[in-house]
Amino acid sequence: MDLNFSPEETAFRDEVRRFVGESLPPAIRHKVMSGTALAREEHVQWQRILHARGWGGIGWPSEFGGPGWSPAELYIFEEECAMGGAPRLISFGLKMIAPVLMALGTPAQQQRFLPKIMAAEEWWCQGYSEPGAGSDLASLKTRAQLVTSGDGDYYIVNGQKTWTTLGQYADWIFCLVRTDPAAKKQSGISFLLIDMKSPGVTVRPIITLDGAHEVNEVWFEDVRVPVENRIGDENKGWTYAKFLLGHERTNIAGIGIAKRELARLKRIADAEGRIDEPLFAARVAQVEIDLMALEITNLRVLSAEREHKAPGPEASILKIKGTEIQQAIAELMMQAVGAYALPFRQTDVGPDYAANLGAGYCNLRKLSIFGGSNEIQKNIISQMIMGL
Amino acid sequence: MNFDFNEDQRALADTVRRFVARDYGFEKRRAILASPAGWSREVWQGLADLGVLAVNIDEGYGGLGYGPQETGLAMSAFGAGLLLEPYLAAAVIAPALIRRTASADFQEHWLPAIACGESIVVLAQADARGAPVTELGGNLSGRKRVVAHGGCADLLLVSAQMPNGDTGLYAVAPGSDGLVVHDYPTLDGQRAADVVLKDTPATRVDAGAALDHIEAALDIGLAALCAEAVGIMDATLAATTDYLKTRQQFGQPIGRFQALQHRMADMLLHQEQARSMSYLAAMHCVGTEKPARQRVLSAAKVTVGQACRFIAQNAVQLHGGMGMTDELMLSHWFKRLTAIEMSFGDTDSHLARYARLSRAA
Repeated sequence: MDLNFSPEETAFRDEVRRFVGESLPPAIRHKVMSGTALAREEHVQWQRILHARGWGGIGWPSEFGGPGWSPAELYIFEEECAMGGAPRLISFGLKMIAPVLMALGTPAQQQRFLPKIMAAEEWWCQGYSEPGAGSDLASLKTRAQLVTSGDGDYYIVNGQKTWTTLGQYADWIFCLVRTDPAAKKQSGISFLLIDMKSPGVTVRPIITLDGAHEVNEVWFEDVRVPVENRIGDENKGWTYAKFLLGHERTNIAGIGIAKRELARLKRIADAEGRIDEPLFAARVAQVEIDLMALEITNLRVLSAEREHKAPGPEASILKIKGTEIQQAIAELMMQAVGAYALPFRQTDVGPDYAANLGAGYCNLRKLSIFGGSNEIQKNIISQMIMGL
Repeated sequence: MNFDFNEDQRALADTVRRFVARDYGFEKRRAILASPAGWSREVWQGLADLGVLAVNIDEGYGGLGYGPQETGLAMSAFGAGLLLEPYLAAAVIAPALIRRTASADFQEHWLPAIACGESIVVLAQADARGAPVTELGGNLSGRKRVVAHGGCADLLLVSAQMPNGDTGLYAVAPGSDGLVVHDYPTLDGQRAADVVLKDTPATRVDAGAALDHIEAALDIGLAALCAEAVGIMDATLAATTDYLKTRQQFGQPIGRFQALQHRMADMLLHQEQARSMSYLAAMHCVGTEKPARQRVLSAAKVTVGQACRFIAQNAVQLHGGMGMTDELMLSHWFKRLTAIEMSFGDTDSHLARYARLSRAA
């Protein structure tokens, strides 16, 4: 047993750290470090900087223009980016639809979509959840009916998706739709790629408790989708969605983000003198210890992955603990500034670092809900790992 | 980076696992527990014959010269069997302390005897609150409390405050003048003793910096203790999973109920975090500078201690009335996990120490 990274991996870490230090625009870094939401352009700018360095296709194999990194290198890259204050990569294109296209897409689909994801020329969003289909995703109702026509077959899509993260920025949405209403739940679903500019697509903002516009409703009213924009076979969409899920889970623990936010918590607690209070110091110590343990747990999963053991239900452990830790840090940051956490979205009262803390705490309640709620993760652990 | 164990390491773990499965069953352990001594010389000799007592002793003294990883594997493998014999005290901590503090002659005399099972040496460290054992003119006076396996020791290594305020380490032989060893069973079925010294003649063992060496040896012991806890929690979780799959109520196995499934998932989260920290503790308990070492070990003890409490309490809860009986190994695992949380400093004290050390770092 050896818990150290190899000399090559350590050199790679230094290289990434240097790159982030030199290439990340200071304005973006400042926003990330202070917990301020980024604009679309800032995400795009960072992705283009990465692309120019040859690191646009993070996690992609080299045959599709990716850097061809190992899971350990990918882990190191994301950790260094997070700690250096780089924006979190928008996963919908890079980590979700791209692996699906590479494994299951036609050559035409791959050529049409992959380069524009890597170059941040097209923004993707995810069309899974519906008002009546959350944890029970397979009960989704958005309907797609195949129409045969002389100038190419197409689907007519009707229905509603919801909780669509950053859908207001998106050029494309990948959707699970019902193509066979008569079939058993999971078997009548297909996987479609839909142009957000298609007539009949409407995006309506959902304002969350922190006052932010991050998620949306997406409505489809007789939206015409060419049959070429279907992934794989009709009615096999559920299988493809499960494939996607396996890829979504890299960096699910968010170790780098948690380390960065913990350092911020300690700076704030120090400035506020809270770190001298034994109870507060113990709470900070507890979350720091939990993070130390999770980092090793994450490396264990990573190490198993490197030996080509599939990243299985263990990812649920990382998701639960990782989100609990990030939520605990946000909560402690808010607690640390006391009453100055209460002025809502004000920048002219209280210390600078206090401005985002109340809203940030509210926003991060999402972590234990999205990506499979932590209760769903516990179902997975008890059923898939423990066999109950 | 890899989390695999090599062939020698796996062989050692297998040896211990086979011993527990074949020679240390529930009834055997129960008989030893009921015996007046509360432990078995015969078992001890058996472990010596397997080479297991030699793990922490250098090859030059008849040992295997292994380190914390191997010790951890052995301790984890002992976990399910709940060894009543003084492995941690006599085969882990004492050799680690002797090799750091004692003269070549002392090592020559005692280490081979420990490796072959002939002698049991135990460290007596914790003083009664506010009243350290003191040394004056080569004699020791005071009380050491709850010394694990102090009653069976062929030699006690006693820490004492010297007239100049420093700590020295002293060898005290059983039967010495003014020495009273009050031996008793503890919550977990193991033995401990309060050691009372009154002008008891003693021989200085260390050549300076005794406290640093004692802390270093105890940290090796703490890492081993964490590994033992992980072994016990593995067994506890496995037994509870089996019980939930077989126990029928309301016409189905109770493991189908989501309230119980989620409790089990919470237990597994604790267990995997504890396993990770037990690896980290093994990695840092030797060779890492003191403040960083203590920080990691406190973090490990917090994580493992919290897991011990959560898993022990919930394993009993999920077993219902059966969890309360003396007839199941489960209640014995519960008691040992409870004792582990309270040994080597409890969770709260380590959380406070971690916060202090982080502040200083």
